[in-house]
Amino acid sequence: MGQTITEKILAAHCGKKAVEPGELITAKLDLVLGNDITSPIAIREFGNTGANCVFNKEKIALVPDHSTPAKDIKSAQQVKTMREFAKKYGVTNFFEIGRVGIEHTLLPDEGLVLPGYAVIGADSHTCTYGAIGAFSTGVGSTDLGAAMSLGETWFRVPESIKFVYHGKLNKWVGGKDLILYTIGQIGVDGALYCSMEFTGEVIENLPMADRFTMCNMAIEAGGKNGIIAPDDITMEYVRARAKRDFKVYASDSDAKYKQVIDIDCSKIEPQVAFPHLPENTKPLSKVGNVVIDQSVIGSCTNGRIEDLRVAAQVLKGRRVHQDVRLIIFPATQKIYMQAIHEGLVDVFVDAGAAVSTPTCGPCLGGHMGCLAEGERAVATTNRNFVGRMGHPKSEVYLASPAVAAASAVLGRIGSPDELEGKGG
Amino acid sequence: MNLKGRVHKYGCNVDTDVIIPARYLNTSDSAELAAHCMEDIDADFVKNVQPGDIMVADENFGCGSSREHAPIAIKESGISCVIAKTFARIFYRNAINIGLPILQCPEAVDGISANDTVEVDTSTGKITNITTGKSWDAMPFPEFMQQLIEAGGLIPYAQKKIASGGGPKCGCKCCGK
Repeated sequence: MGQTITEKILAAHCGKKAVEPGELITAKLDLVLGNDITSPIAIREFGNTGANCVFNKEKIALVPDHSTPAKDIKSAQQVKTMREFAKKYGVTNFFEIGRVGIEHTLLPDEGLVLPGYAVIGADSHTCTYGAIGAFSTGVGSTDLGAAMSLGETWFRVPESIKFVYHGKLNKWVGGKDLILYTIGQIGVDGALYCSMEFTGEVIENLPMADRFTMCNMAIEAGGKNGIIAPDDITMEYVRARAKRDFKVYASDSDAKYKQVIDIDCSKIEPQVAFPHLPENTKPLSKVGNVVIDQSVIGSCTNGRIEDLRVAAQVLKGRRVHQDVRLIIFPATQKIYMQAIHEGLVDVFVDAGAAVSTPTCGPCLGGHMGCLAEGERAVATTNRNFVGRMGHPKSEVYLASPAVAAASAVLGRIGSPDELEGKGG
Repeated sequence: MNLKGRVHKYGCNVDTDVIIPARYLNTSDSAELAAHCMEDIDADFVKNVQPGDIMVADENFGCGSSREHAPIAIKESGISCVIAKTFARIFYRNAINIGLPILQCPEAVDGISANDTVEVDTSTGKITNITTGKSWDAMPFPEFMQQLIEAGGLIPYAQKKIASGGGPKCGCKCCGK
C-alpha cells in the first residue's frame, strides 16, 4: 500500500516503515517554536516537567512577533520571559526586536525549516511550512513546553485530502485566491483533523510565496497540516538557505486519500471572504459596494516581497482614498530592507500608506491598526472572526494583496482593473 | 468524575478569538483571562456562569488560533466540562493537556437546551439531561488520550518520563547523561 507524503514524514520520525491514518504515534521533532503570546505559558510548563535542560538548543525557535515592539508593559514582560529563558538555556534561535520577523516567514527564510522536517509550533499557522515539504502543525503552549523538554510529541496520523488544481489562472488570481476559494468550497471544518495535500499543474507552476500562503491557511479549513511535495521551485528556495541536511518525500501514486477534490482554476476569480468566517467567500465581481475604512497588507499569510511587489504595482503613482487608512507591514526585516531597495516603500509612502515594522499586531487586533466600532477593513490576513481586528462590531474582509491595494485606492472593495486610466 | 451544572449553549464554529480576544493575551494569568471569557459573543457569560456549569456547542468548537488561553479561560471561569459535536484539533489537544474535560456527542448537543441541568460522568462518558431525563454516551477517547487524561494532562506524563530517565540525552552537564 502506498503512502502519502505526510504519512512518510511521520513514519520516518517515529522509527517506523509505515504509519496509517488514525494511528497514535510519538514523533521526534526537528524544530519547535513559540511566540510571545504562547511561549510564557510553555516556559512555565517546561519548568513543571522537571527537565534541567532543553532537548536541543538549536532546535527551538523563540520568536517575539505578536505584541512587538512591546505594545504595553505586560507584553514587554512576556518578551522578557522569553529572552531570559533563551539566555538561561542557551536557546540559539531567539530573535530580538530589530532582527525578528513574523515567525512563519522568518523561519523558512532563515533556513531553519527544511523539507522532510517534523515541526510543531505554539501558533496555529505553523502549518505554513508544508509549502517546503515539511510536516508542520500548530499546538498549544503545554505541548510546546513538553516538547522543549522531550524533543518529541504525540500525533494521531491524519487522513489526507488531495486537492488537484488545474487550468489556467485568471488575471490577479494567486495562492490567496486559490486557498480562499478552496475554504469556501469545503468550509471551515472541511478538512478537520486532516492533511491537505495541494497538487496539480497549477501548484507545480506556483511560486513559493503563493505556496506558503496556501499552506498557511490550511488551519482555516480545520486542517492539521497543508503540504506540497518539493520540486525544482522548492529546491531553488531551499538550497539558498539550508545549513543542514534534509530529506525530500513525495506521495506514492497508490497512496490512499480520504477524498480527492478537483478544482478548475480557470473558473476562479479573485476571492473575498466576508465576515465572520473565512468560508464566506465570494468572487470579486459579486462583492457589491463594500465601503472600507482600512486596508491591511502583510501578515504570515501575505507579507512576503512578492506580495509587496504586487501591492506596489497597483499603488504606483496613485493615492490612497481620503477616507481609508492603508497599513503595510513587511513580514521580516530582510523583506523590509528589500522593499526599500526596490523602491516599494517609496511607492507606499507616496501613496499615503503607513509602513510598519514586522509584527503580527494588526492581524489579530493586537496593535498597529485596531478597528473601532462599526469600522470595516479589507485585509490580506487569514481570519475574519468577530472582533479579530478590534471592536467586536467591526468587520474584516479577506483578500489578496492586489485586491487590498486596489481597494485602498477605491475606498471600497474592488479590482485593480477598476483603476485603469485612474492615475498610475 | 461526576459533574453537574447548568448549560451555556452556543452554535457552530465558536472560535478562540471570541472565547478570549487577542487584546487580553498580554497575560498568562488564569483569573484575568477568565474575566473576559466569551466576552465578544456573550457579554453576560462572566456574570452568569456558576462553578460547575457546562458549556455545550455545535460543530468545530475552538477553531482558529492555538492560544491555550482559550481553554484556560473556560476552565478558570468555572465551567466543568465542554460538550460539542466536534472540536477543532488544537483546542482538543489543549483541553486534554490542561485537564479541561471535553466530550464529543452530536446527539447530546441536539438534545440539550440553554439553561438545562446536565450531569456528566467523565469516566464512562455518560451525559444525562436532568431537565428532560434523556441520556447519551459520548464518543470514547483513544486509549493513549485516556492515559493522558488519567495522568492529569501532558505535564505529569512528561514528568514521569523524565523522572524515569526517558528524557532526552542531550549530553550537557546539567543532565549528567
